[in-house]
Amino acid sequence: MTISVNGQAHDAEPRPGQCLRTYLREQGSVEVKKGCDAGDCGACTVLVDEMPTHSCIFPAARAVGRDVTTVAGLGSPDHLHPVQRQFVEAAGFQCGFCTAGMVVTASTLAGVGSDDLPRVMKGNLCRCTGYRSIRDAIAGRVNTASPSAGEAYGSSVAAPAGARVVTGREHYALDGFGALDEPVTGLLHLKVLGSPHAHARVAAIDVSRAAALEGVHLVLTHRDVPDVLFSTGRHEDRLDDPDDTRIIDPVLRFRGQRVAVVVADTVAIAEEACRLVDVTYEVLPAVFDAHEARVAGAPLLHGDKDPLHSRISEPGRNVVAQMHDEHGDVTAALEAADAVVSGTWQTARVTHAALETHGARAWIAGDGSLVVRTSSQVPFLVRAELARLLDLPVEQVRVVVGRVGGGFGGKQELIVEDLVALATLRLGRPVQHELTREDQFTIVPCRHPMTVSVTLGATADGTLTALQLDVVTDTGAYGNHGPGVMFHGCHESVAVYRCDNKRVDAEAVYTNNLPSGAFRGYGLGQVIFAIESAMDELARALAIDPFELRRRNVIVPGDPMIVTAVEEGDLTYGSYGLDQCLDLVESALGSGRGEVAPDGWAVGTGSALAMIATVPPRGHFSHVTVSVTTDGTYSVDVGTAEFGNGTTTVHVQLVAQELGTTPDRVRVRQSDTATSGYDTGAYGSTGSVVAGKAVHVAAERLRSDLLARAGRRAGVAAGHCVLGPDGVEVPGGRVLAFGELFEEQISATGSHDGTPRSIAFNVHGFRVAVEPSTGEVRILQSVQAVDAGVVINPEQLRGQVEGGTAQGIGSALYEEMTLRDGEVLTRTFRDYRVPQMADVPTTEVLFADTVDALGPRGAKSMSEAPYNPVAPALANAIRDAVGVRPHELPMSRDRLWRMLNP
Amino acid sequence: MDLNTVTTLRTARTRDDLRLEPGETVLAGGTWLFSEPQLEVSGLVDLTTMGWEPWTIHDGGLSIAATCTIAQLLEPPAPPDWAAAHLFRECAEAFLMSFKIWNTATVGGNLCLALPAGAMISLATALDAVAVIWTPDGGERREPVATFVHGVQSTSLQPGEVLRSIELSTAALRARAAFRKTALTPLGRSSSVVTGRLDLDGRLTLGVTAATPRPHVFHFGHPPTDDEVQRAIATVDAWYDDAHGAPDWRAAVTLGLAYEVCEELRS
Repeated sequence: MTISVNGQAHDAEPRPGQCLRTYLREQGSVEVKKGCDAGDCGACTVLVDEMPTHSCIFPAARAVGRDVTTVAGLGSPDHLHPVQRQFVEAAGFQCGFCTAGMVVTASTLAGVGSDDLPRVMKGNLCRCTGYRSIRDAIAGRVNTASPSAGEAYGSSVAAPAGARVVTGREHYALDGFGALDEPVTGLLHLKVLGSPHAHARVAAIDVSRAAALEGVHLVLTHRDVPDVLFSTGRHEDRLDDPDDTRIIDPVLRFRGQRVAVVVADTVAIAEEACRLVDVTYEVLPAVFDAHEARVAGAPLLHGDKDPLHSRISEPGRNVVAQMHDEHGDVTAALEAADAVVSGTWQTARVTHAALETHGARAWIAGDGSLVVRTSSQVPFLVRAELARLLDLPVEQVRVVVGRVGGGFGGKQELIVEDLVALATLRLGRPVQHELTREDQFTIVPCRHPMTVSVTLGATADGTLTALQLDVVTDTGAYGNHGPGVMFHGCHESVAVYRCDNKRVDAEAVYTNNLPSGAFRGYGLGQVIFAIESAMDELARALAIDPFELRRRNVIVPGDPMIVTAVEEGDLTYGSYGLDQCLDLVESALGSGRGEVAPDGWAVGTGSALAMIATVPPRGHFSHVTVSVTTDGTYSVDVGTAEFGNGTTTVHVQLVAQELGTTPDRVRVRQSDTATSGYDTGAYGSTGSVVAGKAVHVAAERLRSDLLARAGRRAGVAAGHCVLGPDGVEVPGGRVLAFGELFEEQISATGSHDGTPRSIAFNVHGFRVAVEPSTGEVRILQSVQAVDAGVVINPEQLRGQVEGGTAQGIGSALYEEMTLRDGEVLTRTFRDYRVPQMADVPTTEVLFADTVDALGPRGAKSMSEAPYNPVAPALANAIRDAVGVRPHELPMSRDRLWRMLNP
Repeated sequence: MDLNTVTTLRTARTRDDLRLEPGETVLAGGTWLFSEPQLEVSGLVDLTTMGWEPWTIHDGGLSIAATCTIAQLLEPPAPPDWAAAHLFRECAEAFLMSFKIWNTATVGGNLCLALPAGAMISLATALDAVAVIWTPDGGERREPVATFVHGVQSTSLQPGEVLRSIELSTAALRARAAFRKTALTPLGRSSSVVTGRLDLDGRLTLGVTAATPRPHVFHFGHPPTDDEVQRAIATVDAWYDDAHGAPDWRAAVTLGLAYEVCEELRS
């Protein structure tokens, strides 16, 4: 008996406990994705005898004798299934990792009306899009364009990978590339034994039973790893993050931390061997509250570390970073103020929920170098740190990243790569480590929970005179990104207001919870939630319209940017559209658009603003090569990674525009440390404004070169020549083909160092209805105005704003990781509410009309920023509706009910 | 996910095949079993190969096999006088997962899993369903589903026992029924489900599931007043506390849903 997969019979016998998903992948159908492996997300959906089925919870043995169809069986890039074509034309995906399941499910929905989509699609999660574009795809709406030569910029060009993504041909980290010299057999699997205690010391560890198990190749404990401290958080300057982490540490500071590592022939054997490791733990006192952790006598997490060497501010107080500074005199200003408001706000732990979990595979290449293929936003930073940890020359390490199945900051971390690299070096064999969804919840860094107290003072005319901030962040057991998130969180959020007296007290605190890390917005969202809530409260205290209060107090070009001192750095007004954003949202909320409130529900409106620097501080680099071959095909070699942010499309557009060609003649090769110039990586929304700027520079140089060659050939000035898709037109109308200008290929390079930096703005507005007896919130209208400079790709930008809004609504209303004594209780998507299609309203997306002096062709970054104003805008609308101010996220139905029924 | 500790898979064809070896567990749809690590399980015995008719309509009512999938449950051609038949679809929609899971998940699996939010528990308790349980001695016993489910992931099943079917009576199916659900999101996992059934003789049965660790069923000789409903709900000894809602909120919204259900059935 066989299993038929896309018409091809497979006679491999499924294992007794095997699910269909892994069977299909083992048979080569890597288009079937693992999002959760628990039936919750739908990414693995296939058809079994034409019935849509979550293959991760379907016993493989039950497929024997049946026909399985995957997304690759529905169509191919050259012969797209109608639904696949619709997803391309609607731009119905971003990272594309959920898309295989989306497409397969949608292919069964003939006759389902658009009103019924949320119900039938509730088994398919998308973290990137906010679902509007998926609804459009299923409805057959076309949102993309095919611009003429030289007209790509500003056009809704479709993502170049579209046809491959919707047919399952695009390869993610563990899908195998084929093109590299990766061994196709002999792959070993790595599993980790995690700590059962929140704080403990390994008193004794015996791996003999594990090592003796047949099929086990390697067992590693803390005794077997380099004695080097590092940080899983990665930045251009590695000194930004504290060196407080060991590959395997004998001291365990959170539940799930690595105790031992097993490499075996199969995942099953590796798991079994982990259960055979005998460990004696000396349990230590633990602390789970960031406030208690700072109190004298609290258990110290890194008291053994040298503060200078590890860059930990005060190990003796569990404080990894702190800021205490003042501009002006806040106390005096508050005493003199006509109105003072204050409050303390709390945000929750949130998981990134990128549909692709962390995973990496390593092997030794033919030339003896170490190759690591991984799902990372920062391949070059991973390479540098691997070389440092393993004491290898950086040239002997190659890090390759395919398309990344979602990041949101979570893949600016080195979570799995060190282990596969180490194991491969020890064994000389390829090793894979794939995290489970449970791992993503329990051991992968989450968004920093923050307690933020704000006091504002103002004069009766609405002039802000005092802004006082006290921030405590729970950075968990390790300080990765803790300092950066804390400092950044208190930066643009404070600097956006013109105020003579400001004070910031902020501390990032170690606890025995899982580590917190980088998350979309990088700390700004948490602090903005508090400040924008307080600003709304101040408007009420002064009886001034909240839009008007903000207009009176936000910085305008010419104002210095001040947190606690005038910023001397490289942050400048490259453009300014905050005024337009405020006007656009105010006007939209006043338009009467949106849904009608149910009878008897309380209705309110609210808004919030956010500012963000267009590039992270202290250097962000990209070195790019743009080449052209004699057939007029351009290629871009760029180091930044594509994780659904759409930078590949942007780079194609920049090249097509500059070089007078069409997007289909531009190829992008990206995120491979062996083939492209150095790139700091895809974080801080730099794919367009740093890598894109470098692409633009390289494209300009290549254009100049081509025109100069044509001019010399024709004996005219280069300025009289026009570059087109088929060559260069010279005076008289003759077109010199590329083959007449050069042999084979010519290239030009471009680079950018990420400075100076500009600022971008987002303003969000909501009208909501609240049912006080249940705490239910219904969003009647959602509008966000963004100042992204010149809009490179309207559909993609809209998608980024919608996706950020959806993630913001998730954090504001639904999502919460719950912990008890450091144990994560929410370990599956069914217990953690990533917004479904039904949970995300349509958001009206509006663009300010500005031209940035710094970004490529006047553009600014706009990828993480749309998330930031969502939670406070929603909180302010709820406050307006019910008369009581929420102070805690998520504003779930049970919390709001309790707030209204104390 | 792969159940890596499982080394055997048997397909059951006869009752004898259902005698479990140590480490074996019964596999129905598998939608939950394959969704979490099952480190104690070393063998699976597939129940779906027993060849049970998914459902049978007979004079006494409706028999639903434990292996009947949710999709099959929506198939029976309900006679026109089965006024309560709309509950089948409402309860199916109450699953957190979409219609796709209906093709695989089974009625019996959902009952035996005994999660508070088990949508088939809501259905069975609303209709006073009786569980038919095969006992290891070759016999069978019957028990109301409302007591069959003891608590969170706990049932009255003894070692060696297998849920064979549930029986719904014609009288219950002919009753008027009402259904209300709330969750923390519009289509989320149920935080509270309240069902009501007004029998032709005027008796009213109120069922509370999802909000409590075990189902609660309240029988009234007549459609109750709000005051009577309030007193009945007040007897609930424990409200469930998990990621899908705080207990105090669950108690409050359940009472609200119970008022709505009774009001609908009174009108």
